[in-house]
Amino acid sequence: MEKSLPIPKNFSLSLLRSETARRLLAFGALIILIIAFSLLSENFLRFNNVIGIFIATAVNGVLALGVTFVIITGGIDLSIGTVMTFSAVMTGMFIAKWDMPIAVGVMGGILTGTLAGFTNGVLISWMRVPPFVATLGMMYVAKGLSLILSELRPIYFYDTPLFREIAMGNHFNIFGQSFDITYRGYDIPNAIWILFAAAIVGSFLLSKTILGRYTFALGSNAEATRLSGVKVNIWKTAVYTVCGTFAGLGGVLMASRLNSAQPALGQGYELDAIAAVVIGGTALTGGEGTILGTIIGAFVMSVLANGLRILSVPQEWQIVVTGAILVVVVYIDIVRRRQ
Amino acid sequence: MSDTLVLMEGIEKSFPGVHALSQARFELLSGEVHALVGENGAGKSTLMKILAGIYSKDAGHITFKNRPDVHISSPRAAQNLGISMIHQELNLMPHLTVAQNIFIGREPRRRWNFMVDDKKTNSMALDYLQMLHLELDPRIKVSELTVAKQQMVEIAKALSFNSDVLIMDEPTAALTDTEIDELFGIIRSLRQKGVGIVYISHRLEELKKIADRITVMRDGNYVNTVSAATAPIDQIISMMVGRTIYEAAPELPEANTQPIVLEVKNLNRGRLIKDVNFHLKQGEIVGFAGLMGAGRTEVARAIFGADPVDSGEIYVEGKRVHIHHPCDAVRHGIGYLSEDRKRYGLTLSMDVETNVVLASFRNFLGALGIVKRDKTRIVAQNAVEMLSIRTPSVQQKARNLSGGNQQKIVIAKWLTADTKILIFDEPTRGIDVGAKSEIYKLLNELARQGKGIIMISSELPEILRMSHRVIVMCEGRISGELNIADATQEKIMYFATQRANGGSARADVAAAD
Repeated sequence: MEKSLPIPKNFSLSLLRSETARRLLAFGALIILIIAFSLLSENFLRFNNVIGIFIATAVNGVLALGVTFVIITGGIDLSIGTVMTFSAVMTGMFIAKWDMPIAVGVMGGILTGTLAGFTNGVLISWMRVPPFVATLGMMYVAKGLSLILSELRPIYFYDTPLFREIAMGNHFNIFGQSFDITYRGYDIPNAIWILFAAAIVGSFLLSKTILGRYTFALGSNAEATRLSGVKVNIWKTAVYTVCGTFAGLGGVLMASRLNSAQPALGQGYELDAIAAVVIGGTALTGGEGTILGTIIGAFVMSVLANGLRILSVPQEWQIVVTGAILVVVVYIDIVRRRQ
Repeated sequence: MSDTLVLMEGIEKSFPGVHALSQARFELLSGEVHALVGENGAGKSTLMKILAGIYSKDAGHITFKNRPDVHISSPRAAQNLGISMIHQELNLMPHLTVAQNIFIGREPRRRWNFMVDDKKTNSMALDYLQMLHLELDPRIKVSELTVAKQQMVEIAKALSFNSDVLIMDEPTAALTDTEIDELFGIIRSLRQKGVGIVYISHRLEELKKIADRITVMRDGNYVNTVSAATAPIDQIISMMVGRTIYEAAPELPEANTQPIVLEVKNLNRGRLIKDVNFHLKQGEIVGFAGLMGAGRTEVARAIFGADPVDSGEIYVEGKRVHIHHPCDAVRHGIGYLSEDRKRYGLTLSMDVETNVVLASFRNFLGALGIVKRDKTRIVAQNAVEMLSIRTPSVQQKARNLSGGNQQKIVIAKWLTADTKILIFDEPTRGIDVGAKSEIYKLLNELARQGKGIIMISSELPEILRMSHRVIVMCEGRISGELNIADATQEKIMYFATQRANGGSARADVAAAD
């Protein structure tokens, strides 16, 4: 049945006012940073540096992807940093301590994140623990468990050189078949492809599936969603589970990149991820947000860190600048929306 | 045709501290519009929320389509039975589109039952919108619609369930007359199809037009069911309140000779407020009439400093004042009672006492900024007594009081803050008849005490009954001003629909006279 939809005159205008404009803002910030740094330092746009930026974005980007879902529902997940570490440690336990195949270790690591996220979801949905508190608790629990399991020492993957290839190699090795994915002779590490694949999956989930629809609905008006007969507890749990799964993937990537699981690492990563999401135009009040925005936000964070390092800005000042930029970008967005 | 669709008997429901329903009963036939009336707190909404699966009953029986003792455990269960409810506070997801809102929870799916089929959602939504004769793009976000349009989306959503029972809680509260007529047309056509409609409303005059039977509730009890066609409104009202109603004619102006307390000159704010000029005298009630979106609330908020203005001058008692923030307005003795008292007028989670002194805390501060609780308590208790606010104590949370009593708390707040000018924005919206007349009495009393009062209202009888002078707005402009002696509903409506390019309104009316 063909039907024509009446298109109001201000339709494109309203579109511009909403998401597109928000995305352009973060994108604009990214472009400005790139131009500024490339003018200030000729090393900035060198191939190896660009690849370095991408690799640095991979872990934070994957974490940010997951937490985007949670933030759109109006919630928060503070546990993703240490859950990432916990997943990395679990991967290390599987592979290095218990001598399991790499695939088992990878799956085990990711599922560790899934389980942590699911636990968060159950606490928040059914037991009504506020997201901030539930995930704060999970943050500590995951951190503690990482330290206990690893006995406070990093777990190295020296015996399984293939593990490092997951993030840093430039080919996939599936069922003994090797797929080269070098591009015009340049080496592009897998971590970057994994980030983009994760982003595509995330974007698909958010915009095309029922899970995505309810993610937005929950953040927009949870009570109305409930009264519409949506089983909000289940979907909220699903959202936190998705977030945990991305954190698990982040943990595997992290372990692979460092060729070790570092149990003391992780705290603070959740805030970097949340910052990326916010820079990307997702409102902490819930109801709106995009995956593309989050990816751009993650790149803003890593370009900033990389550029300032190249310019030999002391690390403590890098942190100050990052904080300032975060607030400025969000403030500009508020001013723009007021108009 | 007229089978019994729903029979609720002996329904009991208690909330912490409140016995909301006792032995409540209700009967709905198919093809009937059955109005449910009663004061706020009478239990109408609670009873219907039980039917819609939002609350569970403590005791009692529900028979639905001759099935005895049906158990309605959730909103979804109710919807599956064919019972939908349109809530007073709109239950929409503002960030989602019209179509997404209509089909929330029942999205047409594709592949693996996991992907949503947006194309199908949109085209199905369009069907229902066209059924309502609404020219609305289903892809537009709900946050961009007017309240009236949002309400229509709610109705389209309820229609899409093919419900046998449709419960409407105050559906016309935010609609204009044309929109109400449209709504009534839809209700009638649904009735013809055999749908049973429960219609909760405070606007009794509407019920005559649309309802077949009227059930009256009071204090959680069933009072009576009468035929809408034959029962006089007075009788319904006395059943609702169980006491006589204050019905005095407006006290006519002594305001003419009084000094001017507020003068607004050339107020402008974008397209919302265009060159607004008016004045307000001591002891005068000026009614602001107009259609929804005419800019009345915007003017009030601008005077109160809640929104920035482009230009304009405000004089309080002849002195030019600069109001950039609500606290400036309070300092100059202006109080604003928002139409949405739950959002802007009250801190619902705090007690009556705190709410009463909220705007005047600085009068109750001791050394080091410590609040003198003994004093605030006395002030609050006095206010409770003076305005006869029905609350167990001043420690009661504002949330637990009825709409009328909440409104009185807001009034108490501004009286405590010692205001000279009070702006009432829809002071009786969502308030039952009994509490309404108490609010009217209060307004008159305040005017007699010499307060200048601006009353924004969309109910013309209210405007005509309360005001000394009526200012009519349209599209951000003041399109007419009437003395109460000359004012009629027709004249007000004439000005209210006087668009900018329609020539000089005043001249036209003069000619018409």
